[in-house]
Amino acid sequence: MSTATAEAGHGHSHDAHGHHDEGFIKKYFWSTDHKIIGFQYMFTGMFMALIGGFTVYAFRMQLAFPGMSVPGFGRVTAHDYNSLVTTHGSVMIFWVAMPVLIAALGNYLIPLMIGCDDMVFPRINRLSYQIFLLSAVVLIASFFVEGGAFGGAWTAYPPLSASAAYNLTPKGAPLWLIAVALEFVAFLLGGINFITTVMNSRAPGMKMFDVPIVVWMIIIASILFMASVGPLVAGAVMLLFDQTVGTGFFDPSRGGDPVLWQHLFWFFGHPEVYVVLLPAMGVVAEIITVFSRKKLFAYKTVLYTAIGTGVLSFFVWAHHQFVAGIDPRMANIFSVTTLLISIPVAEMVFVYIATLYGGSIRLTTPMLWALAFIGEFLIGGVTGIFLGSSGSDIYFHDTYFVIAHFHYTFFPIAFIGSFAAITYWFPKMFGKMMNETWGKVHFWGTIVSFNFIFIPLFFLGARGDHRRIYDYTHFPDLMRSGMQELRVLATLALIVLLAFQVIFLVNFFYSLVKGKKAEQNPWKANTLEWVAASPPPHGNFPELPTVYRGPYEYSHPEARDDYWPQNQPPATA
Amino acid sequence: MIEHYLEQASTFAADIDNLILLITVTVGFWFLLAQFLFFGFILKFRAQEGKKAQYISGENKKEKRWVSLPHYATLFFDVLIIIAAIRVWQDVKMTMPQADSTVRIVVQQWAWTFVHPGPDNKLDTADDIRTVDELHVEKDKTYHFELQSRDVLHSFSVPAFRLKQDAIPGRTIKGWFKPTLTGGFDIQCTEICGIGHGIMAARVLIENAADHAAWVKANAPQVAAVTPTAPADNVPTGGSR
Repeated sequence: MSTATAEAGHGHSHDAHGHHDEGFIKKYFWSTDHKIIGFQYMFTGMFMALIGGFTVYAFRMQLAFPGMSVPGFGRVTAHDYNSLVTTHGSVMIFWVAMPVLIAALGNYLIPLMIGCDDMVFPRINRLSYQIFLLSAVVLIASFFVEGGAFGGAWTAYPPLSASAAYNLTPKGAPLWLIAVALEFVAFLLGGINFITTVMNSRAPGMKMFDVPIVVWMIIIASILFMASVGPLVAGAVMLLFDQTVGTGFFDPSRGGDPVLWQHLFWFFGHPEVYVVLLPAMGVVAEIITVFSRKKLFAYKTVLYTAIGTGVLSFFVWAHHQFVAGIDPRMANIFSVTTLLISIPVAEMVFVYIATLYGGSIRLTTPMLWALAFIGEFLIGGVTGIFLGSSGSDIYFHDTYFVIAHFHYTFFPIAFIGSFAAITYWFPKMFGKMMNETWGKVHFWGTIVSFNFIFIPLFFLGARGDHRRIYDYTHFPDLMRSGMQELRVLATLALIVLLAFQVIFLVNFFYSLVKGKKAEQNPWKANTLEWVAASPPPHGNFPELPTVYRGPYEYSHPEARDDYWPQNQPPATA
Repeated sequence: MIEHYLEQASTFAADIDNLILLITVTVGFWFLLAQFLFFGFILKFRAQEGKKAQYISGENKKEKRWVSLPHYATLFFDVLIIIAAIRVWQDVKMTMPQADSTVRIVVQQWAWTFVHPGPDNKLDTADDIRTVDELHVEKDKTYHFELQSRDVLHSFSVPAFRLKQDAIPGRTIKGWFKPTLTGGFDIQCTEICGIGHGIMAARVLIENAADHAAWVKANAPQVAAVTPTAPADNVPTGGSR
């Protein structure tokens, strides 16, 4: 705290130059402005994505070329391998998808899209990011302690995770757990803020059904998160006690029950999928309406299906545990609920496809990303049926089929959704346009290589490849003809995918500095963030807007143009 | 579909493969239909100079069919798949057909111990045959297994049987299988269990009656010469379960 105060004080000294001109440190590191906090989350998320990307590079190289010395990493030992997959999973979900989709977008967009000047609790907001940053630091620190980083998978099942005698990471495991718990605290604080802000600070005239879908989605996601994470925070503390002070909550030799952790984990873990899915779905709704110049098909249906998905998501968790030793009768119940959740999700996808009907579609970079989300997520959705139905899950559980399935949901969510959001709101965020040509090069390179990574993994999973294995040469049935070739193909495609991300980073930072200056409303969109200047100043709007209509009145017959901003009074139409 | 990649070496392997085929066909149809509409709309409704997009709210009854039809279709096919899935599940996990023999599988970091009942076909007797990383069974005989773990979670998976079951320390989990082919197949540990998880390979060797009898004869401990072994359930049981 003392250094932070000193930094704030340092920033303060610059204020002498002008009353509103804050110092660099104060403006970018100690700000309560929701936009800056959004950027902090976004850039931290992007940095953590580099770690997540590097770990997958190292362990995929080991899978394709067992025993090789991986350039930039060295030989991957069994211990390294477990740490790498654990880090990859935890980082990509907790430190990339969550901060970018919920925290960065929520912070940046909510006040702008509902037409207010800031979050209702700006200092809680700042605290939320600081705790999040601390959690990232703790996680990174865990790589460098004695024994190395935790290697018990991102699900951290005890007794393996509970005892250093089993996992051989006496310091890495508790640090990992502390980092995850801190991260939950950060998002709880953020979620409180989002919900309160939307309930209280909407612009005059903005009724609940005038709120843009992406804002709704972030709110529903925040509620899901808050309602599901409690048991896991309690579980995390219990597990931490098991690790450090010798309790036995999850240790059967001392009367505990390891399966209890699985229930606590997945009671959070499955809603968590929808916590990140819904904001990405919201981003897609904003973008496809703007670039097809169409009203969103059945706004209320989208909203109700999202709520339905959220409610159902609390009743499906044990489909992760069909063969985990739970009462087999439970599998029947959870099969039913799991397959039922396909109904609202399928409806949402059909609503989006229907929105395209009769549109005037322009394939800009953000639109390409949004459409790719729909196309790729469909694959993730339908392959989930194989795993949700108990009978076939006996075979597919913990194979690469599962890995391919959830990457077809999480990659569209965490990356395609984020790229869609970043390319779409970049002009508003930074007042500059991103380069379209390089944006499209990045898009096609990413999408094609993505499919070449994960389609082979479906086949490997169908042939019996099980997860978290660092060297398949020990398994004769998994070294049959063609299988190693598929592993090599997936790894090569991964390297291509990673290489294409360099284009994104260069385009991002080059455009940030030298991009063409963006107009106030370059995409001719309706929602309120486009009423503010690009980029919006502290306080967002010169005068707070008044809302007259819903967010998706594109190509309305009574409107003069093919868009009709929410704040435009009816008389001028 | 799976049978093209991997032999069906147990009685229920074909049931599971057929379920997978059923799901592939039903969701495959809807997947292709959705993708067809999706790409069709993108191609058909590209922006044209001077042509305005249609204004469709999707709120009236006729338009809502876009949502209600997929709704009922998904529900219908969900029910179909659920019925098929539960039937398979009942067969594999919830019923225990009469056993010809019982084996005990004891898992630990990072090895498998298989306890075969020996010539008297009873576990926990002096003639039990213990092997490491090699399970010997006879073709066309129904086996019950008792799965135990000494330390952390593991999972007993035989892809050729389409069988998978996690092992939990402190519990004995029972299940069954009936091999239908002779030969050797992989046994995998499919639950991460520490550094050696990746090398926890074992083999199930399925023999015909004569070969299996010969193996039992050759490997059974000479009962008279050996003091009775400690009961094989010397796994730390710890918990109340």
